Amino acid sequence: MNAEVRKIKTAAELALVDAYAAAKPKLPGTGALKALREEAFKRFDAEGLPHRRVEEWKYTDLRALMRDLKPLAAAPDAKAKALAKNAGKLLASVESRKLVFVDGAFVAELSDLTPEAGLTITSMAQALAKGDALVTAHVGKVVATNDVAVALNTALMGDGAVIRIAAGASIARPIHLVFAATTPSSMFTRSLVVIEKGARAMLLESHEGASDYQVNAALEMVVGDDAHVDHVKIVSDGAAALHVSSLMASVGAHARFNDFSFTTGGAVVRSQLFLRFDGEGTVANIRGATLLKDRQHADITLVADHVAKGCQSREIFKSVLDGESRGVFQGKIIVRPKAQKTDGRMMTRALLLSETAEADNKPELEIFADDVQCGHGATAGALDEDLLFYLKARGIPAREAEALLIQAFIGEAVEGIEHAGLREVLMEAAVAWLKARG
Amino acid sequence: MALLEIKKLHVEIDGKKILNGLDLTIEKGKVHAIMGPNGSGKSTLAYVLAGKADYKVTSGEVLFNGENVLAMQPDERAAKGIFLAFQYPMEIPGVATMTFLRTALNAQRKHRGEVELSTPDFMKRVRETAAKLSIDTEMLRRAVNVGFSGGEKKRNEILQMSMLEPRLAVLDETDSGLDIDALKIVSEGVNRLRSPERSMIVITHYQRLLDYIVPDVVHVLSKGRVVKTGGKELALELEAKGYAEFADEAA
Ligand SMILES: Nc1ncnc2c1ncn2[C@@H]1O[C@H](COP(=O)(O)OP(=O)(O)OP(=O)(O)O)[C@@H](O)[C@H]1O
Ligand SMILES: [Mg+2]
Repeated sequence: MNAEVRKIKTAAELALVDAYAAAKPKLPGTGALKALREEAFKRFDAEGLPHRRVEEWKYTDLRALMRDLKPLAAAPDAKAKALAKNAGKLLASVESRKLVFVDGAFVAELSDLTPEAGLTITSMAQALAKGDALVTAHVGKVVATNDVAVALNTALMGDGAVIRIAAGASIARPIHLVFAATTPSSMFTRSLVVIEKGARAMLLESHEGASDYQVNAALEMVVGDDAHVDHVKIVSDGAAALHVSSLMASVGAHARFNDFSFTTGGAVVRSQLFLRFDGEGTVANIRGATLLKDRQHADITLVADHVAKGCQSREIFKSVLDGESRGVFQGKIIVRPKAQKTDGRMMTRALLLSETAEADNKPELEIFADDVQCGHGATAGALDEDLLFYLKARGIPAREAEALLIQAFIGEAVEGIEHAGLREVLMEAAVAWLKARG
Repeated sequence: MALLEIKKLHVEIDGKKILNGLDLTIEKGKVHAIMGPNGSGKSTLAYVLAGKADYKVTSGEVLFNGENVLAMQPDERAAKGIFLAFQYPMEIPGVATMTFLRTALNAQRKHRGEVELSTPDFMKRVRETAAKLSIDTEMLRRAVNVGFSGGEKKRNEILQMSMLEPRLAVLDETDSGLDIDALKIVSEGVNRLRSPERSMIVITHYQRLLDYIVPDVVHVLSKGRVVKTGGKELALELEAKGYAEFADEAA
């Protein structure tokens, strides 16, 4: 039922239609994969970019925020690869296996492809072109969503990582997907990570770049029974970048799933998490920390869908908002009729460092089972003046006192990360952010 | 020259007059006790000395070592040697007591142009000081005052004072909430810091504290002014007679 007459397409929407038409013959994949793209594109074509009257996008009017479409990124040349040589250095102190994507394309020579038992890595472009079984089985199917940003990704997905971790395997080093943008272009990356029964792995994902570019990154993750997975995503995109990313994860029984989103970069950032708990007895910790300044806008939209019984999910999201920035958190916990004994707790806190910063929090519970424990809370406010006075009365200058309290605030979310080195990296990044603030 | 000189101090909060022409002079090395009924302005005086922003000084002067304190930020006052042990110490989630102490100590040193204390030197000092106050080092790793009992919070204030070695310590009801053993430990901690170079203002409701920390001078504060000054025997007199006499006088 669409009473409203469809508006004329915006410049960005028209450009997307053109870009898809032009790219279509070259986009990897045939048969069912091609049909998947086509269907996704139709969805976009009918609905256009998400805007403020779409409930899930209420606070992030992508149609208004995305003024144009940057040209689809070309394959990286030698210069682009050279620019990306140090990409991912924020995580340099964490011993990891790097897989590097420059302007959306996998670059083998910058990546670590040393073989490891139980680990299979392919590029998404290759896997799509070959009609790889894992990809055909899962892409677009892990968690079904009507979201148009995801549809756009499906229509235009080019490259990304396809990772399979065999049952029972324990991958020693974190796998770090490094996404580096070097040109003012748009990138549609799609990754698939399948962690089989009882496997253990840590996936890091970092996004960075200097210029004015657009990222639409999607990651599908299949977490098997008894698996233990940590996923940490760092958004440190350039100051003019538009970043939209979507995580779609289905989690099996008795698994441990820890997710962390750390955001400091980008002009407009939308991070979507669509999580579904399919098997009983899983414990999930979904956390995030966002530090924004100037006119930055970052939105975290999370759906935690409890399908199976007896899962525990904890969501903690913290944001520090300075300047005229805006931080959005929308979190929904759904408890399906069979998901008795669900224990879900969601907390979001925003710290406003200026009078012009804005925090929007929308927590929601949709509960269809009767024997559950669910709750949510949200706070937004300035630093506590009395606490600041206590610190200052001990001789700590105002700025330093503020920094100490802000670090403590972020620390409460970061301390939940199991990897000590990573906790340090993120706290250092927060300190660097505070230093830059002056 | 006196260490602290307060002259005709008038202070308001939210338009309400709290201090009404308070005069107080404290010489180097002296301990002054301030007693007075609830709401007479004792904590207000303490906060104004430390530089809390909510209080508006409408007239009067506060000189510390001859310098105008009222023009200084709270951290500057602390670095110059003014320390306030809070009546209600704050809890600071996420900031370890150790980090807090170290940041404060080094900030003050930096302000005074001194070098920062090295980690081993700092650790040694904090351990020794904590031990004297019967503070477990495990407590130092916990967030400042979070989950501390009332008495532990007060002891933590004295630990901070002992580490920061101020020139003027203002103790606002440091005895409240302490059991008898803790009262002794805290008083001993305070007495260890008594020196010809250091002055103290001890705000209390109870004569008992003054048995341990024996004051040189006792003042009675009522309705925002000092209404009586005497020696340590004045505290005993107050204990026996209460404040009735002064309530009339100040009215
Ligand atoms: N924020 C405020 N707004 C209005 N009045 C205030 C405020 N803070 C303090 N007062 C008032 O100022 C007066 C003095 O308070 P103060 O805390 O200085 O008293 P005190 O002598 O320390 O009392 P106590 O012995 O109970 O600790 C009281 O009447 C109190 O209610
Ligand atoms: Mg008081």
